[in-house]
Order: sequence, then structure tokens, then C-alpha cells
Amino acid sequence: MSATRRPARQGASSQQPPRQGARSQQPPRQARRRSYLRHHLQMARVSLRRLLITPLATLMTLAVIAIALSLPAVLYVGLQNVDQLSEHWQGSTQISLFLADQLSEEEGRDLAVQLQANSQIAQLNYLSKQQSLADFQQYGGFGRALDQLNYNPLPAVILVMPTPEYAQSESLLALSQQLLSIDGVDDALVDLAWVQRLQAMAEFGQRSVLVLGSLLALGVLLVVGNTIRLEIQHRREEILVVKLVGGTDGFVRRPFLYTGFWYGLGAGLLAWVLVQLSLWYLGSVVDRLIELYQSGFQLQGLGVGGSAVLLLLAMLLGSSGAWLAVLRHLKAIEPH
Amino acid sequence: MIRFDNVSMRYPSGYEALSRLSFELPRGEMAFLTGHSGAGKSTLLKLIMLMERSSQGQVFVDEQNLNRMPAAQIPFLRRKIGVVFQNHQLLFDRTVFDNVALPLQISGYEHDNIGRRVRAALDKVGLLKKEKLNPIVLSTGEQQRIGLARAIVNKPQLLLADEPTGNLDPELSAEVMGLFHQFNQVGVTVLVASHDLELISGMRHRCLTLDQGRLSNVRY
Repeated sequence: MSATRRPARQGASSQQPPRQGARSQQPPRQARRRSYLRHHLQMARVSLRRLLITPLATLMTLAVIAIALSLPAVLYVGLQNVDQLSEHWQGSTQISLFLADQLSEEEGRDLAVQLQANSQIAQLNYLSKQQSLADFQQYGGFGRALDQLNYNPLPAVILVMPTPEYAQSESLLALSQQLLSIDGVDDALVDLAWVQRLQAMAEFGQRSVLVLGSLLALGVLLVVGNTIRLEIQHRREEILVVKLVGGTDGFVRRPFLYTGFWYGLGAGLLAWVLVQLSLWYLGSVVDRLIELYQSGFQLQGLGVGGSAVLLLLAMLLGSSGAWLAVLRHLKAIEPH
Repeated sequence: MIRFDNVSMRYPSGYEALSRLSFELPRGEMAFLTGHSGAGKSTLLKLIMLMERSSQGQVFVDEQNLNRMPAAQIPFLRRKIGVVFQNHQLLFDRTVFDNVALPLQISGYEHDNIGRRVRAALDKVGLLKKEKLNPIVLSTGEQQRIGLARAIVNKPQLLLADEPTGNLDPELSAEVMGLFHQFNQVGVTVLVASHDLELISGMRHRCLTLDQGRLSNVRY
């Protein structure tokens, strides 16, 4: 072969021993690296353009993936809120001290003042027998029933709010034991059970989201994998020709992997929109609930971190689904 | 450039396409491969391209033993070989230019370089003006020549052709054969499978004749 056809070989690799004859097939290594990067960009563009050529079909696939992603995302957000709520409530845990009947109102108030000195107690509130009765009639809805009685069956109560460090279940129990031993205190009631129940429910919910999320993620993998499989079959001719003229597996794979990536990214964005819409829709109901409970609670959304995780997961699932399809189906297309 | 050493090829169905075949095609030579259809011409070319592996014996291309070549190396072998198919294997979702540019994109040539080389190859086969067309609008003869341009654009050391004149009229056939001859003149090793004996006999090149998978005649 004539030497004039040989391309410049500066920077060429020396991994192969020099052999007789021209090696005009290989451009220099730097050129190859630039060309490799350009091919990546080009394939990213080409695969995106191919998806946009059939917008409806693409949108349908994206919607399927997005729904599968948004379902666990909405549940996750819901759980985050329940967690926040249970913390909120745990913070307001209180011990109700029921005072002995024979204690006069004055003695009861004295006791409350004494307790104020206890460093474990943040705040307390004395309710006389009459106040208890009034509260009960107002909130409990038992007004009529109580009217039937000709005496007040309710004891005077001191509501004790421990300092935050004593609000945890164990120290709270210890504190209540200590308060129970005080003369004039008939009973000390800590209602922890429902907080614990709420926590257990939240944990159950978390596991459920994990299980559901894993199943749906598997579904996403299969949806993307199947879509890419069809695309591979559709491009069979092209794959054969590319392999015949010396395309490596990586070269053949590239456009399909980018297609999977785009599916992931598109579906991730769509899922984010779906989650936001759901939260907006639920938000008004939650606001009303909060109002009814007179709580300082605020509905939390996905947040920046959650949104980033959702998008990253979507892209990862899209690319992995494409990988699975490519591994499985490209091998089968060989020129014969 | 090509050496077959006692090569047999038996397909899984039991059909023996080649049996105990030995020959050598030195670098820079041109040869024809003839024989009836089913004589094993295509199989022989497929062994050189590693589209099939021989079931017995050894195939060497450019001093490399193909029997020992790992699958990952196959693309690099194929980049050294330009192939022209009877059914030309063009892609109709892109222009003539992009069809011819494919081997260069795969090998990693730079953009300017690709344009220059593609136009040189198209010029060689006389289709420079059609670079922007889709190959589907071209005639069979023109499609065949685009296939040829794609085969030579990478400046391969070895050019293979499987019935490149199969669908062409005599005049076009002679023209295409003339092009192969020209490439051989500048140093490319050429192996053309063809059953067009009349055309072949007019060209003074070695001729390997296959008969039922055996080399029956070698004529110079």
C-alpha cells in the first residue's frame, strides 16, 4: 500500500508489535478518543430524537414508568409526614396526675407549686375538679350524662409536661413512678401506648413502601427492558451492518443505553410532576384536618433531596433496564 | 494475506460446506473464487470475516490465526477487511454519505477526515453527486457501487466481494470488476466470489474453483 495513504501516527499506541504492511485502518489515538466522546454525544442526541419522532408512543411508555415511580414516592412522602407527626405528638407527651379526692383545691395548688421546682418538669397546669368537669363537658360530649349525676365524679388534675430530655418513653415512665409516690397523688397516667402504636404503624408503613417500591422498580426494569428489546428488533438490519463493518459491542450498545437513560430521566420528571400534583390535591384536605386538630403540623413535600433521589433512581432504573435488554438480546444478532 | 490450512466447515445441520481446503492468497494479489451456487464460496468468505468459525483446520488472515481470535477482537479484524455483498446491505434510514461514512465513524475518525475520505470513495465509484440522496432512490447498480465505496472507504488491506455483479447487466458488471482491478493495482489484496466465468476469464487473475466444498481447480 502506498505510504501517502497512511494517516499521521503521532501518539499512536504501541500495544501491537509493528508488522509489515500499512496500518491505515486506525486513526491516531487522540483522534479516536475525541471521536469516542463525540459518538457518545451524538448517540445521546440521536436516541433522544428517535424518541421524539414518535411522541405518543414515547409518552405512553413514560407514563407507565412514571406511575410506577410516583406511587411509592407518594407513599414515602406520606410516611415522612406521619413520622413528623408522631415526633410532634411525642414532644407534647404529658403525665396526668390525678389528685386524691380529700385534697382541697388549695392543697392541690400548693402541690403544683412544689412540683414546679422539679428540674425534670418543663411546665405544669393545675385543673381543679370544677375545671375538669367543665373541660369534660365541653370536649368529651358527655355533658348530658354528667348532668344526670348530682355530684362531680372527676378528680383534680395536674398536667405535667416533662422537659424534652425526659419525654422519651423510659424516662417518662420513671418520672411518672416518682410522681406517683408523692402524697396526695392518687394515680399518674402516661399514655404512651398510642404513640408506640403510631411508631409501629409507621415502621410497618416503611416496610410496605420498601416492598412495594422494590416490586415497582422491578416492573420499571421490565418495562424499559421490553421497550428496548422491541427497539433492538426494529434496528436489526442496522446492527448487522454495523457489526459487519467492525462495530464493537460497545458501539452497537450505545444508542440503546442512551434510550434507556432518556426513558429514565423523562419518567423521573413526569413522576415528580405527578407527586407534586398528588400532594397539592391532598394538601387542602390535610390543611383542614390540621385546622381541626389545632396543630402546628405542616405537610412536607418531596423536598430538594427527595426530588434528586427520585430523578437519580429513575435514571438508574432506565439505564439498567436498557443494559439488561442489551445484554440479553444484542448477542443474538450476529451476521451469519 | 489469507491462508487456509486443511479447513473443513460443517454446519450444525451436518451439511459439509467446505472440506479439507488449503490455499494461500499472498498480500497484494487478486483472485477469483468460482463454483456453482452451494459450492461453498460464501462459506469461505464468512470464515475470513469470522462470521463463521471453521470446524477443522486453521484460517489465517494477515498472519493472525482466526481460530484463536477471541470474540472481542473480531471487530478489529473486520475493520481491516472491506466487504461487498451481493445484496449490498445498505441502510435506508440515512443518506448515501452516512452509509459510506459508517466504517469511519466506527473506527473513530474525526469529522473533517470522514468527509474527505467519504467523498474520495464516492468519487472513485462515480457517485459523488449523489451523497445527499437516500440509497433507496438509486438503481441497483448504483447501490452496488455505494456498497463498494463503503468497503473501500476505510482503506482496507483486504477487499472481499460476494457476487458483486450478481444483479448487474454485463456493462455495469465489467465496470465494477474494473474497479476491483484498480484497487488491486494500488496494493489491496482482493478476493471476489463470482460465477460470471465469462467476465472472469477476461481478467488475468488467479481463479480458485470450488466444487462441493473442495478446491477442484486453480488456474492462473
